[in-house]
Amino acid sequence: MQYEAVIGLEVHCQVKTQSKMFCGCANRFGAEPNTLTCPVCLGYPGSLPVANAEAVRKIVAAGLMCGCTISKFSKFDRKNYFYPDMPKNYQITQFDLPFCLGGQIPVGGKGFSGQPLPEKKIGITRIHMEEDVAKLTHLGKASAVDYNRAGVPLMEIVSEPDMRTPDEAYAYLTALKQVLEYAGISECDMEKGQMRCDVNVSVRPLGRAEFGTKIEIKNLNSFRSVHRSLCHEIPRQIEAVEAGEKLRQETRRWDDALGVTIVMRVKEHAHDYRYFPEPDLMPVTHTDEQIEKIRATLPEVPFVRRDRFVTEYGITPYDAHVLTLEKPLADYYEAAARGSANPKQVANWIITELLRVLGERGLTIRECPVTPAHMAELAGLVGGGTITGSVAKSTVFPAMLESGRAPSEIVKEKGLEQVNDDSAIEGFVTQAIAANPKAVEEYRAGKAASIQFLVGQVMKLSRGKANPQAALPLLKKQLDAG
Amino acid sequence: MGTNAGTGHIDARYVADLARIELTDAEAARYNAQLNAILTYVEQLQEPDVTGIEPTAHAMPLANVLREDAARPSLDRAPVIKNAPADVDGIYVKVPAVIEGEES
Repeated sequence: MQYEAVIGLEVHCQVKTQSKMFCGCANRFGAEPNTLTCPVCLGYPGSLPVANAEAVRKIVAAGLMCGCTISKFSKFDRKNYFYPDMPKNYQITQFDLPFCLGGQIPVGGKGFSGQPLPEKKIGITRIHMEEDVAKLTHLGKASAVDYNRAGVPLMEIVSEPDMRTPDEAYAYLTALKQVLEYAGISECDMEKGQMRCDVNVSVRPLGRAEFGTKIEIKNLNSFRSVHRSLCHEIPRQIEAVEAGEKLRQETRRWDDALGVTIVMRVKEHAHDYRYFPEPDLMPVTHTDEQIEKIRATLPEVPFVRRDRFVTEYGITPYDAHVLTLEKPLADYYEAAARGSANPKQVANWIITELLRVLGERGLTIRECPVTPAHMAELAGLVGGGTITGSVAKSTVFPAMLESGRAPSEIVKEKGLEQVNDDSAIEGFVTQAIAANPKAVEEYRAGKAASIQFLVGQVMKLSRGKANPQAALPLLKKQLDAG
Repeated sequence: MGTNAGTGHIDARYVADLARIELTDAEAARYNAQLNAILTYVEQLQEPDVTGIEPTAHAMPLANVLREDAARPSLDRAPVIKNAPADVDGIYVKVPAVIEGEES
């Protein structure tokens, strides 16, 4: 029998702000433990929370970027539980009236495994605000608690169970991260715990409408481990179902070193968090006008921009995908391509040359020594025939990287203009023929390919400046005449 | 909130379990009676006709009480740690090991 997996993801993302969600302690990673606390985030009796306007604005912005409906009326609730990561013994969250409802994120292109992905939209159920919790380090019989992170604004993004493969889950996470980074909502650094992910996965016979038994996977520290855990967990569940085993609703922990999921706890009954409206915080309302005002501050959504690059600049969907992965790179390309007569060549230069060099030097696009205008100018010089592609690559582009100067200046200074003048090229042709009797003999004996070698020699003698299109007929003429 | 679904009555044992409190049988019986008496008292709120009245969690018709996003200095660590029952090297708050999943 054929089976399919049903995957839903719960993503927690820290919101980039100056201060915590309900107090003025700094929202900063990497500070000395327990140096970013106050009576509010430590839950001292008598202290009162006040919500951070910027955090609310950014969560609404996240919703708008994901096509969500923004609630006109939202409120905060208490989720009660006993665990030392929350000094109040409850977490302030949103239960039934979250800020954002019902969005979607498109995925497609090539999957993480290299297989093509079907173009589809992954639904977002809701995005709500939570406060982050303290970090616990387990030391055998005791645990050490650092409350710096407690109270940092966090949003939980809950997807619909719309994903069917590990590749789709990976693509959704990548797209979500891209959207949040574009709008400056979160830095999404998983290593810093700024983005965390829980997976819900079940399997069912292909074609059946009801869901199978849902299993939750925790302890996923990278997109790659989400992918790996699903590659392990889906066949495990199918095997169990095939063997006639009845799966239990349970939480499993991903062990990255062993590459397996291990039972953590069995959910016999749902947690009773005794949610109730937070009495210390008033509701939040948003008018249409306020929502539109936030929308007006947002950048173009990455997948919209990708499609626009294809239609506006005539580049391939793959190139557009690469160029829109990060907003600074997309901005760079757009600054270069806009007004350029060669937007496709500009894309080629950036993808094949510029990104390679930046990668080698460990630089980001923001640190790029070549301005977008100069990049466009270089593509223009090649496209317009002022210099050859070979000279551009070997001489002009490296000089631009070193000096940050305009390519036209470099070309003029070093005399690198393409030589189109037949009499000048003829000199190189004569030299090439004289210096390579063997190739000449082969050509005359009928080996046509030898002429390409001689064109190469002409290019070499001219230090790349000879127009190869002009060199070829001149070579033929001399060889056939001689 | 801690009521047994359907019965409308509080099970003191269940509430105690959620609150991580151990009860003797005698305590469980006594609290059961007391909590249910309180619940019956509060149930009087079911009597008034609230048709057409918007539910609210607050007495004041206020919304959007927000603050500007600005960081200010936090407390010094030493007095904070001093307030904890135990600490690790004066840096961390020390608590008995609780492994998530085993506590509930």
